[in-house]
Amino acid sequence: MTTHLIHELEQLKKQIFSLVAMVENNLTLVVKAVQDRNKSMALQAVENDTEIDQAEVAVEEECLKLLALHQPVAIDLRFIVAMLKVNNDLERVGDLAVNIAERAVFLNGMPPAPIPFDFDKMAEKATRMLRQSLDALVNSDVPKAIQVCKADDEVDAINRAMYEQVKSAIREYPQHLDAFIHLLSVSRHLERVADHATNIAEDVIYLVRGRIVRHAPDVPVRKDDVGDQV
Amino acid sequence: MKFEASSRLYSETRADRGRAIGVRGIDFAKPPHSNITGTKTAHVCAVDFSIFYHDHEAVQKVTLDIWRQHVTAIIGPSGCGKSTMLRAINRMNDLISGCRTTGKLLFDGRDVYGKRIDVAVLRKRVGMVFQKPNPFPKSIFDNIAYGPRLHGTRSRAELADVVEKSLRQAALWEEVKDRLSKNALSLSGGQQQRLCIARALAVEPDILLMDEPTSALDPKATSHIEDLIGELRGEYTIIIVTHNMQQAARVSDFTVFLYEGRLIEYGDTSRLFTNPSEKHTEDYITGRFG
Repeated sequence: MTTHLIHELEQLKKQIFSLVAMVENNLTLVVKAVQDRNKSMALQAVENDTEIDQAEVAVEEECLKLLALHQPVAIDLRFIVAMLKVNNDLERVGDLAVNIAERAVFLNGMPPAPIPFDFDKMAEKATRMLRQSLDALVNSDVPKAIQVCKADDEVDAINRAMYEQVKSAIREYPQHLDAFIHLLSVSRHLERVADHATNIAEDVIYLVRGRIVRHAPDVPVRKDDVGDQV
Repeated sequence: MKFEASSRLYSETRADRGRAIGVRGIDFAKPPHSNITGTKTAHVCAVDFSIFYHDHEAVQKVTLDIWRQHVTAIIGPSGCGKSTMLRAINRMNDLISGCRTTGKLLFDGRDVYGKRIDVAVLRKRVGMVFQKPNPFPKSIFDNIAYGPRLHGTRSRAELADVVEKSLRQAALWEEVKDRLSKNALSLSGGQQQRLCIARALAVEPDILLMDEPTSALDPKATSHIEDLIGELRGEYTIIIVTHNMQQAARVSDFTVFLYEGRLIEYGDTSRLFTNPSEKHTEDYITGRFG
């Protein structure tokens, strides 16, 4: 019975990791589509999202099945609950990538405008946070998850500063108003990606330590935090 | 065996009181509720308590408090000492030759293995329900009335009250009220087990010990018993030994995990089953070993 559950948990892990790879690649693709003004990349990303949605449903069904059939406890229970939540966050990141792709398509149809804020830095930080949170998930690495939680404040700060930069850019180049609004939207989507990465990181901490750390600002790192749990 | 109507467990002397004070710093001579910690009071305390079968130490220096009017589950692999521990509380182990104990086991602050203990009274106050339903081959009424009669209740009206009250408490009254004179063995397995619980309740115990009470029952009867445990919680202290981990998780407030006679972990059931502190516990409850 347990061997069976362990095998199924391994399968679930594989499913989640394949979803992780799809979501990460799609986000990188849409960021590149904005940077390179590349419409076909953006359209490709929109198309990829269908596969992400299907994978998300499959993971959820698998989690529900394991909960119903095995009634897991302790680490097994925490693993499945964490996977359910991570699955949800990944799907949302997938949707945000689609939103960014749609903005990229709009921007591509407009005359090139100067980007009024450090888009590359914002994109780099958000995608790095996502990657780190997923690495933390793959390796049950709490210190890395804690880093991700802390990095979220930086992305929030960039997002806040960006509003002012966009306002002054609109005054300076009123002819690019539409493009700026789309870019503003892209930045907000990236900020949301960082929020989901933070959620994933918090779920990793829950998975390893069994403690819910949302709304708790400081999570100390412990010696025994790193280790494969399942 | 000597039975007496008195519910006094112990013929207490001043010297006994003196001895009881000082064990783990709790004054056991006071009324039971005086040692309240938070909302819990200890009903049974084991202090370095060991049980031996000849030379084999089946339970090894266990120290724990079982909380009054809560449900405590004892889990652990076969042979870990859970039934032995349970049976020690009402001295059922006395019937096994070569069985002896060291350390202290206190019930309401009185040493269960003390010289002055009256085992019959102890067993009246600490009722027990076994794995297989074991009604007497008598009528339903007589099964329930057996204990009270033995302890001196003679009036038919009083007995009828006790029988009704106990059967109601065991959620069996509605099903059997029209056939109290029928043989108890004509009931289904689940009903028989509830009858045994009613029989245990009829002598108004403080503690109910349950040794795998549902392992011989089907899921529906099991669910009846589990609901019943939920109903009795708050009124009785219930200690249940079970192999069914989900059952321990469902019915108990606290869980004790024993392994090879040692107490590995004891704590809130909800915490123990979501985030156990010991690796051993985690491995056992997730089925990695045992």
